[in-house]
Amino acid sequence: MHGSHADYLRDVSGFLGGYFLAIALMNAVYAFTMWRVKSRPMAALVWTAVAVAMTGISAIAWGGSPPELAQPIKDYINWLTGPVIYSVGTTVALVVLFVFRKFFVNPVVAWIGLNLSLIFMGLSMTDSNFGAIVMKPDNVPIVGLVFLLGFFTWLATAKGVENDERIKRGLPPTEKLDDEKVLVWPDLVYTELICMLALTAFLLVWAICLQAPLEEPASSVKTPNPSKAPWYFLGLQEMLVYYDPWNAGVVLPSLIIFGLMAIPFIDFNKRGNGYYSIEERKFAYLTFQFGFLELWVTLIILGTFLRGPNWNIFGPFEYWDPHKVLALNNVDLSQIWWNDVMHQALPKAPPGASVLREVSYVLYREWLGIVLVLAYFLLLPPLMATTIFRTFFLKMGFMRYMIMANLLLFMLSLPIKMVLRWVFNLKYIIYIPEIFLNF
Amino acid sequence: MSLGEIIRESQVWKSIFRHPMPTDRRNRIVVMLTNFFLHLHPVSIKKQGIALSYTWCMGGVTFFLFLVETVTGVLLMFYYRPTLEWAYNDILALRDVLSLGILRELHRWGAHAMVITTWLHMYRVFLTGSYKPPREFNWVVGVILLLLTLLLSFTGYLLPWDQLAIWAITVGSNMARATPILGHEGPGQQLLTVGGIDMITNASDARFGLLGARFVGEETLNRFYILHCIAIPLVVALLLAIHFWRVRKDGGISGPL
Repeated sequence: MHGSHADYLRDVSGFLGGYFLAIALMNAVYAFTMWRVKSRPMAALVWTAVAVAMTGISAIAWGGSPPELAQPIKDYINWLTGPVIYSVGTTVALVVLFVFRKFFVNPVVAWIGLNLSLIFMGLSMTDSNFGAIVMKPDNVPIVGLVFLLGFFTWLATAKGVENDERIKRGLPPTEKLDDEKVLVWPDLVYTELICMLALTAFLLVWAICLQAPLEEPASSVKTPNPSKAPWYFLGLQEMLVYYDPWNAGVVLPSLIIFGLMAIPFIDFNKRGNGYYSIEERKFAYLTFQFGFLELWVTLIILGTFLRGPNWNIFGPFEYWDPHKVLALNNVDLSQIWWNDVMHQALPKAPPGASVLREVSYVLYREWLGIVLVLAYFLLLPPLMATTIFRTFFLKMGFMRYMIMANLLLFMLSLPIKMVLRWVFNLKYIIYIPEIFLNF
Repeated sequence: MSLGEIIRESQVWKSIFRHPMPTDRRNRIVVMLTNFFLHLHPVSIKKQGIALSYTWCMGGVTFFLFLVETVTGVLLMFYYRPTLEWAYNDILALRDVLSLGILRELHRWGAHAMVITTWLHMYRVFLTGSYKPPREFNWVVGVILLLLTLLLSFTGYLLPWDQLAIWAITVGSNMARATPILGHEGPGQQLLTVGGIDMITNASDARFGLLGARFVGEETLNRFYILHCIAIPLVVALLLAIHFWRVRKDGGISGPL
């Protein structure tokens, strides 16, 4: 193993040398702006030191022995990326980012965060398991997506926080300050031209540096393990773990599309139109951020980087062992009820029973799950209308409120099912394989 | 007279551009009104409406990537044949033999980038509350365009006809098997039984309609090729036109009132 690791390090050392040099340059530019634009010589000095350090690391990496993460740290991160800690942890992280957003929008804090995540990436790349997943050509865009989303979320939050404070002081949002009109030629058309040229250059560099993947010719008998959908659908594929295909693959995606389309008709809040703000539209903001960042993007990251052979979860520094065996002792709610609570076998229609009799046996067997699901979708909306969503209900009217409440409940059913699966090993709340209806 | 002046004074030039160079205020206005490509824009715009920190330029970048995909896609179509015999070999030759094989890289990375920029555009529009009245309908058009972008990428994924392609499409389309009522393994599939004969089988369900066969094969390749190169782009082009037109009709780019 040691020899192959040395070979791997030699392969990536050139890339990492350039990578750390890029971080050094990035910090040098930042230091220069601190010095010349912001007139903060002390800060400039600190970031110059960082740039120098990165140049040193770059030289060491180029020399063939890039710095690596210690094995205990890798083991710890592997442990962190188990499904429970990963999902709960990313949610908690988002909550922390949101609650302390005034701290995190500070440019220096963001810059430190960017540096740390880039250095972490660089250190991690020395691990061949990590490198194999991240450098898979089709996964490279997802790494880009993560950094882009981080940047734009930071930017939007910074502008939102600033506007919120201005509005609190009775000032208009910053967007209002640039009210003066300019001619589209030259101001906009030249911006567009520059964007097009920059983007073309960027695409050309990307296309030259990274070859598009081409595997062996298609064979319908050789099933790869794992078989993955294109990366943007991996959130949906991940949902297959918690739902049957009719729900994860058809109903929920349709509801996502329908729910997105319904947003402007559900959101009756007239404020926050045309400028960044958080306080003015907290419910809409939090719902969307949770749906997009947590339920969509982190599931894609999970599906891309952490799901390996047999759709098992592997840590980012773990070898994708196709023979890794995980005990699957999932149970259905009806099993828990009849076997564990009532201490008897599942009710089963006697052989040769009529269809009606069979149906009633199935309903009898699954009664608890059916009652729970019906209560969730039928009782909760009116209950919420009279309690937490009272003002919403009064302002929205019956139809709009019901659509909003049901979409919200469908959305929340995913994290609920994920938690039930991990904590109670609960697979299905309703299990009627007779008609492919499992929920 | 310099060469530039000779050209600009010629009858041919003047037949195309009916006004002098846009160097003064009047002609900068006229150029926006008389040029077909520029007339998508308004003549003047609020300064904040073109601030990159506000717009992120992601809608424009997405449209530009659509154009890149169209141009590189058309060029690739001259070369690529969507048959079991040739599909893989043509891609192989693009990689190893053709001097302009980089077109495939441009097309593939452009496609990934387009999915990402579409999401970021939606993200920006949501975070600035720009879907609110009067722009509700344009948000809906945008959601359809987002879905079509994903479908464009998905249908294109199959065309190289390698292991990555067919298994991604197999996994992605297996879900259609479980479509309620219309999939042969979906709940309620038994409802469509006439005289004891199942109407919904693996040769007649939603998945079959998508793939043109019971498994991902040559019929699927043909079907996805047509969807990818002709059917979806046509719909996207139409919706893009509506999307842009509505931006203008709904009062231009959003901003505080």
